[in-house]
Amino acid sequence: MEIGLAHYLIVAAILFTLGIFGIFLNRKNVIVILMSIELMLLAVNINFVAFSSFLGDMVGQVFAMFVLTVAAAEAAIGLAIVVIYFRNRGTIAVADINLMKG
Amino acid sequence: MIVQAICFYIFSAIAVASGVMVIAARNPVHSVLFLILAFFNAAGLFVLMGAEFLAMILVIVYVGAVAVLFLFVVMMLDIDFAQLRSGAVRYLPIGATVGIILAVELVLMFAAWVFAPEVGQALAAPMPGAHVTNTAALGDLLYTKYVYAFQAAGIILLIAMIGAIVLTLRHKPDVRRQKIGVQVSRRRTETIALVKVKAREGIGEEEGVR
Repeated sequence: MEIGLAHYLIVAAILFTLGIFGIFLNRKNVIVILMSIELMLLAVNINFVAFSSFLGDMVGQVFAMFVLTVAAAEAAIGLAIVVIYFRNRGTIAVADINLMKG
Repeated sequence: MIVQAICFYIFSAIAVASGVMVIAARNPVHSVLFLILAFFNAAGLFVLMGAEFLAMILVIVYVGAVAVLFLFVVMMLDIDFAQLRSGAVRYLPIGATVGIILAVELVLMFAAWVFAPEVGQALAAPMPGAHVTNTAALGDLLYTKYVYAFQAAGIILLIAMIGAIVLTLRHKPDVRRQKIGVQVSRRRTETIALVKVKAREGIGEEEGVR
C-alpha cells in the first residue's frame, strides 16, 4: 500500500486529460474552457509538488507557486475579456468571436 | 502508512470525480462549485506530499479568489447556457480520442520511467531536515535564490490587475459623479450672489441661487 510518486503522477495525468477533454466538450462556452485550463494548471502543480516531494528538492514547490501566480493572472484577464465581450456583443459563444478575422 | 494510502485514494478519487463534473455539469455554477471541490482535494494531496504552505495557498488563492471570481462572472452574465451546450456531442468523439491517447501516453510514460541514479546528488535546493517547516524552507529559498523570479511574479500580478481594471472600467456619460477638485476649489465669490430684492416682486428665475 505504499503510495509512491507514480500514484500522484497518474492522478495529475488524469486531471490534465480531463482538462483537455473539457476544452473539446465545451467548445462554445468560454467560461468552462477557462475552468478546464485551471484544471490543467492544477494537474501541472500536482506534478511539480510530487517531484519536489519525492526528490527532496524544494525548487519544485517554488515553481508551483509561480504557476499559481500566472494561473491567477490568467483567470483575471480572461474573465475581464469575457465580461467586456459580453457587454459589447451580448453573447460569449466562441464561434461568434471572429471580430478580428484571424 | 495505511492511513496515508486511504487518504490518498479518497482525495484523488474525489478530485478526479469533481474534475469530471466540472466539464460535464449542465449548469456552470455547478461547474465552479465542483472546481472548488477539486481544488480542496488537490490541497489535501499537497498536504499528504508535505507541501503544507502550497496547500494553504491553493485554498486561499484558488478557492478564495479565482473560483469566486468565476462564480461572480457566471452569475453576472445573462447567458443561455443550454444553447451554448448544444452540439457538444458532435465534438465528443474527437475529444475522447485525443483525451484517451494523451492519458494512455502519460500513464505508459509514468509506468516505464525511473529516476537516474545520480539525480540524488544534483538537487538544486535539497530539502532541509524535519526541524525546518515547509513554509520556512520555501521562504528561505524564495527570498534569496529566487528573489528576482518572485519580483517578476509580483509584476505579473500587478499587470494583470491593471489590465483587468482597464478592460472592465467604463465611464457612463449620464451618471453624475462627485468631483472633489471642483468642490474643494469653490470660492465664495462664485457661489454666493447678493441681490437687491425689490419689494413685492421677489427674485427672478435667472438671478436665483446658483
